[in-house]
Amino acid sequence: MPESIPIDSVGLVSPQVYKFDEPLTLRSGKVLPNYQLVVETYGELNASKTNAILICHALSGDHHAAGYHDEEDSKPGWWDSCIGPGKAIDTNLFHVVSLNNLGGCAGSTGPASINPETGQYYGPDFPVVTVRDWVNSQLRLMDKMDIPEWAAVVGGSLGGMQVLRWAISYPERVRHAVCIAAAPKLSAQNIAFNEVARHSITSDRNFHNGRYLEKGTYPKQGLMLARMVGHITYLSDSAMRAKFGKSVSDFEQNSSENFGRDLRTGTLSFGFNVDFQVESYLHYQGERFSENFDANTYLLMTKALDYFDPTVDFEGDLSKAFANSDCKFLLMSFSTDWRFPPERSREIVNALLKAGREVSYLEIQADQGHDAFLLAIPRYIEALSAYLKKVHEQSDQNAA
Amino acid sequence: MRPDLEIIQQWIEPNSKVLDLGCGDGSLLHYLQTTKNVHGIGLEIDEKNIQNCLRQGTNVIEQNLDEGLSNFQSASFDTVLLAQTLQALSKPDNLIDEMLRIGKNGIVTFPNFGNWKSRLYLASRGRMPVSKFMPHSWYNTPNIHFCTVRDFDALCRERNIKVLARTVVDLEHQGSWYMRAWPNLLGEIAIYHISKQ
Repeated sequence: MPESIPIDSVGLVSPQVYKFDEPLTLRSGKVLPNYQLVVETYGELNASKTNAILICHALSGDHHAAGYHDEEDSKPGWWDSCIGPGKAIDTNLFHVVSLNNLGGCAGSTGPASINPETGQYYGPDFPVVTVRDWVNSQLRLMDKMDIPEWAAVVGGSLGGMQVLRWAISYPERVRHAVCIAAAPKLSAQNIAFNEVARHSITSDRNFHNGRYLEKGTYPKQGLMLARMVGHITYLSDSAMRAKFGKSVSDFEQNSSENFGRDLRTGTLSFGFNVDFQVESYLHYQGERFSENFDANTYLLMTKALDYFDPTVDFEGDLSKAFANSDCKFLLMSFSTDWRFPPERSREIVNALLKAGREVSYLEIQADQGHDAFLLAIPRYIEALSAYLKKVHEQSDQNAA
Repeated sequence: MRPDLEIIQQWIEPNSKVLDLGCGDGSLLHYLQTTKNVHGIGLEIDEKNIQNCLRQGTNVIEQNLDEGLSNFQSASFDTVLLAQTLQALSKPDNLIDEMLRIGKNGIVTFPNFGNWKSRLYLASRGRMPVSKFMPHSWYNTPNIHFCTVRDFDALCRERNIKVLARTVVDLEHQGSWYMRAWPNLLGEIAIYHISKQ
């Protein structure tokens, strides 16, 4: 934790666990007999229960979206830039609900949980979950929390896909769908990157066909490599140049001309060691991630991405999927995002227009690539803030 | 509200669907939403304007009109608006065709270059007119396709576009009998309500 908690932070938060005993039938046909979801909430639910916002996390996110868990925390939750008192998702106005999705590894039932039928870790036996399954489990959570309707469902990337699924499956429970830096389904290139990540995990000799926990080990190298590849796709070329082009070398006069080729030690090793800052950064990111994330969960999350395609029930026509989605939509994309570039958001916008839906769309100029959705980019934050203020005014009117 | 918008709103049916091309800060759509229960969507490229639209709860899509409107379905709106934007488009004639494909009717407003002040300015000084209303120099103006009332009438004839109503007003948006008598000479802003034949 920083020396003192910032005034616009939700402060110290503690997660709660919700247990579900009613079996959940998954898209694959498999049944999860029971499960638990770990949840954080920020801000108060109003008396008329009209001010709840659901946050959907992306690939490696979890329920800890804002604030600090304890005094030792060095970093706040993953979306602290957006969630807090006076922030874009204003906890003075909204009751914010954030959960760890099924199959996750931060406390909700997943591959690292014990399978009640065998008494062993689920491991590779944990069923493949899809975005639809997550939304179904979120609906049950909503009922358990006695929230009749979300003022808004908000998410970026894979989180944005859950937002779309909410709007398609349960439009009567959602007033506003805020979908940021997402895509209507993955491209071959997206799937290819995911497959590299999966292959690096499953080919690690410590993977043991997914049963590594029993052996007291985990596929560290594979997970590191998966994260390193992923991380490259989250950043843009320009973001990398800026991040790793700060120092001026003898022959390169300024950072914009050194293409982000900062050296780690100042000299080349003429060996196969880490020479450049970008290498060192990727190693560090991979290492840190591999220590905190479950490999089987990573496999599941990437599969949920690959399988996401809301048009399967609608003859491949996305606009038909939105035929009954009478909530309002806000979509945003980022100019240098090459993982889910603006054209992908436009596909969604155009399908919504074709379906006659009410939609707003912004294309934010930002150098940071896909990662931009997690960052405090002024235009992005101002737009989200203005939109949600209006959402709040309407929830007040609904309450009155 | 901008006075040309005051005139436009009279032609818009309650509960109708309106697409506003170059919707600015969204004030007309907001007005139509609150007074006529219109379902509106605006297209805009200016960041400040877009932010204003969001602030007042008007649907706005960041989209450049010069890149076309092919993402909109035929006959998906009742009225398509183009207020004070025609002269800044790269292909204004194509856009008008598109307006009438997407909407059952269209409303177009533009500064009338045939107004006597423009004519006098050009005739007497021999230079491109610059005024309070058209403050840009020829090299930095966003207005690249000026036309006159008579030009627009001719385009409507060529393209088989029906003029449901036409009015011209001055900069204060006042009409008068003499402007009605000599629209191309005296009108400063032209306002057309059009549809397909």
